[in-house]
Amino acid sequence: MGMPINVVIEDEAADEAAFREVRDYFHYVDDQYSPYKPGSEVSKINAGLPKSKWTTEMKTVLKLCQQTKDQTGGYFDVFRCGRLDPSGLVKGWAINNAARLLKKRGLKNFYIEAGGDIQASGRNDQGRPWSVGIRNPFNRDEIVKVLNVTTEGVATSGTYIRGQHIYDPVNGHAEIKDVASLTVIGPNIYDADRFATAAFAMGQAGIRFIESLKGYEAYMITSDKLATLTGGFERYAETAA
Amino acid sequence: MKKALLTGFVIVSFIVYSLHQRSDGSAVVIKPSSTPAASQTAAAPSSNTSSSSTTSTVPAATAYKDGRYTGSAADAYYGFIQVLAVISGGKLTDVQFLQYPNDRSNSVAINSQAMPYLKQEALQAQGANVNIVSGATDSSQAFIQSLSSALDKAKS
Repeated sequence: MGMPINVVIEDEAADEAAFREVRDYFHYVDDQYSPYKPGSEVSKINAGLPKSKWTTEMKTVLKLCQQTKDQTGGYFDVFRCGRLDPSGLVKGWAINNAARLLKKRGLKNFYIEAGGDIQASGRNDQGRPWSVGIRNPFNRDEIVKVLNVTTEGVATSGTYIRGQHIYDPVNGHAEIKDVASLTVIGPNIYDADRFATAAFAMGQAGIRFIESLKGYEAYMITSDKLATLTGGFERYAETAA
Repeated sequence: MKKALLTGFVIVSFIVYSLHQRSDGSAVVIKPSSTPAASQTAAAPSSNTSSSSTTSTVPAATAYKDGRYTGSAADAYYGFIQVLAVISGGKLTDVQFLQYPNDRSNSVAINSQAMPYLKQEALQAQGANVNIVSGATDSSQAFIQSLSSALDKAKS
């Protein structure tokens, strides 16, 4: 499965080395954390690599996973069927780290987008906030909301599948039909992504979970084609681009 | 202002990147220099990329043998998607999810106290002139992939 990555840098100082660094970083993360690569550390752990041989970074990532599980009431679990798969956390974590690499280079105005999850920084080429469109889960070619963000993370969890029966494999094959997509804005993509993932798994209760978090807003689209907004969401949407 | 756009496509086994620099604000379409299996296609659309419509390989007609066909488990990044396609009267009549990314574990008490401020609105199409698009692309592409493989089996 491929994951498209877009990096746009508006600063004069942007050079190829900056892009190369981001590219190499994502390549590294994929090599290390992909559960589908036999040589990745995740695969080795699933094959029984003893804990004493895990890298410090892996231990840190797993600590973050555990922390997220605790913070989301168990809805975020990187052990599926007894196998480690930290992908749900690593994606946002990697985008966030890549953004830090660009910041370290003194770059201020850019965004990194990977598979629909975004870390924005500064302003776009018009000197305005970045405009982020939320895709219509019922029509992939349509935008149903436009947000204006500066230095924030935006993540969407969901299923862009219409008219199908989606079964929850864990809870007795109950049909999941409520939430089509859930978009979360937060101070950075790492947090926005992990909370969006967990909140999506909560069904309609997910947006209440986001509402209970300080500094996060969400836009939930349900199968009845209604959107539910958290209280502070509209401040991102009100200044039309 | 200098603007540079880079699009990459990380594949489980390899990575393809292309770099494009431009001097003005005109739209530029960046595509991965090569695209792997057709069913995986499509870089996420942004304002700069033409919305690359992934054509699903779901055919309409009657080319299939009746039966129930299990697709391959396709990586949706947050987990695997695997579907079961039901063919009846030569047509695809149902798709069931055998695997679906879900991080749900044991039952949980979510603090539902804080929720006085939620608002609702009807979905409304907006102008597509945005810098970036946020959406869950992974699930749908994995879905298409798994379904395609199920339908391939139905053909043979």
